[in-house]
Amino acid sequence: MLIKSRSKSDILSSEITPESVYLSRRKFLAGGTGLALGVAATGFSELAYSADGDGLRARAPEGIALSAPSSWWETKFASINPVEQGGPFSTDESLTPYNDVVSYNNFYEFGVEKGDPIANSGRFEVDPWSVTIEGEVDRPGIYNLEDILKPHALEERIYRLRCVERWSMVIPWVGFPLADLIKQFQPNSKARYVQFFTLFDPSQMPGQRSRFSTISWPYREGLRMDEAMHPLSFLAVGVYGNYLPPQNGAPIRLVVPWKYGFKSIKSIVKIRFTETEPETSWNMLAPEEYGFYANVNPEVHHPRWRQDMETRLPQSLFGSSRMPTEMFNGYGEQVAALYSGMDLARFY
Amino acid sequence: MGTANRLLRFIPEWILPGFTDAFGKVRWRQFCPSLTLVVHSFCIAPALFLVAAILRNTLGPDPADELAVRTGEWALRFLILCLSVTPVRRIVGLQWIAPLRRTFGLYSFFFAALHFLVYVVFLLQFRWLEVSEDISERPYITVGFVSFCILLVLALTSPRVVVKWLGRRWAGLHKLVYLAAILALLHQFWILRASIAESVLYAIILLPVLGYRVWQKVLKSQSEKSQV
Repeated sequence: MLIKSRSKSDILSSEITPESVYLSRRKFLAGGTGLALGVAATGFSELAYSADGDGLRARAPEGIALSAPSSWWETKFASINPVEQGGPFSTDESLTPYNDVVSYNNFYEFGVEKGDPIANSGRFEVDPWSVTIEGEVDRPGIYNLEDILKPHALEERIYRLRCVERWSMVIPWVGFPLADLIKQFQPNSKARYVQFFTLFDPSQMPGQRSRFSTISWPYREGLRMDEAMHPLSFLAVGVYGNYLPPQNGAPIRLVVPWKYGFKSIKSIVKIRFTETEPETSWNMLAPEEYGFYANVNPEVHHPRWRQDMETRLPQSLFGSSRMPTEMFNGYGEQVAALYSGMDLARFY
Repeated sequence: MGTANRLLRFIPEWILPGFTDAFGKVRWRQFCPSLTLVVHSFCIAPALFLVAAILRNTLGPDPADELAVRTGEWALRFLILCLSVTPVRRIVGLQWIAPLRRTFGLYSFFFAALHFLVYVVFLLQFRWLEVSEDISERPYITVGFVSFCILLVLALTSPRVVVKWLGRRWAGLHKLVYLAAILALLHQFWILRASIAESVLYAIILLPVLGYRVWQKVLKSQSEKSQV
């Protein structure tokens, strides 16, 4: 007898709000924001504008901050909702300095050394940028990034980022929930996974020209639909209150804080909704080392690295900022339910 | 010595006064003492640069990791340099470079020792349990460690007294350097998964260097056969 039970990973069609409803709600919220700003202007300014002037926890240092790729970016970044201190989307751990966040990167499209991405991405074109939406979705097409971002208000999120290479950072991102984007394009009932692709452009990305690369470009990553719809899953377009530098995945990248860093794919040009588990780059390259899920897990060791400890950057040579790694990178309370009943040693 | 001399003869006297005699023959003897100085300065320079980088704090947000990578790279480079001495000496005919084999070999061990120390002291902070677990469970560390142990043995048996004492056995023992080089390359290749560029570069240099020995061996065995 076949009993069809709904697994936790299935998102009911009803859970995905039709865009019209969604947009009207946004409009209502936007109206509300306008009202709030009016209030702020008449006397509650201390609430909205804290010590550094705008309520954001962190801003890129003056002088280093990037200028807007184009005028609509400037308009978009004019208002960013500060993260709620002590809330689920923040942490009180000290931030990794801006300089380290933008100069110590794994972005093999620009080279394999940590300093390569910042050195080789200076001329990377991020505007205009379009994103292809395809697969099991009601509104497929090629969209301008400007149009994609239009309905979404930007907000700040402070997340831990844990790399599979055993280092970690604390980064203040600017962006919007991935769930909001998914609802915007209305995946159909067959959509059980979502796959992302990085730009393939060897003329701009020297790493993709290398004959010695073992990655088959373009880089791709994926999430189960319930993971993608989780409120922690985030699309970042900025960091430290500023536009995202190319080496950090400009103009739009994924941030999934409870998974190893390589899941948080950069410079996204395509989002595909699929019925079956999609291909992911590191899994294609070394399936015994990298699984589809890649949840941060101190008990499941990578064949080349133990995973029970991590080094919080920046680290000095003699001082030790090594700390124990937490299950799901410390987001277990929020995400553990996604994996109830799953053997995480098998589905690593 | 012929080929090199013929090339170097054309270096004008006014660039390096006294470099050649009246017949255009290079005066190696006169330059040898300063050459030793040049070689040692060249070999020790990477270590000084690393010390400077530590003091100026320019190794990035994870200096321990960066130090481990760079000392390891220099160990591998000197090992390849060491193995290149004999083919270069025989093919180009620079007999006087023969002692460099020992110099480069010892510097390779020096950087390999630094590499191992950085790993134990800064990366694992003397957690010997983790060190032993790494060596026994992670193949890329196993091969790196074996390579280091070989270099250690070769370094210990390199003083002239020991060389004399070992006599004929010395040459046989020091053939292990080929294994050390191959394992070191494998160690480096294993760490980086996304690009094999660097390993390929080293392999491209190492291949003819090792191939030369194989070729020499083949030639030798053939000549022995023909004599029989």
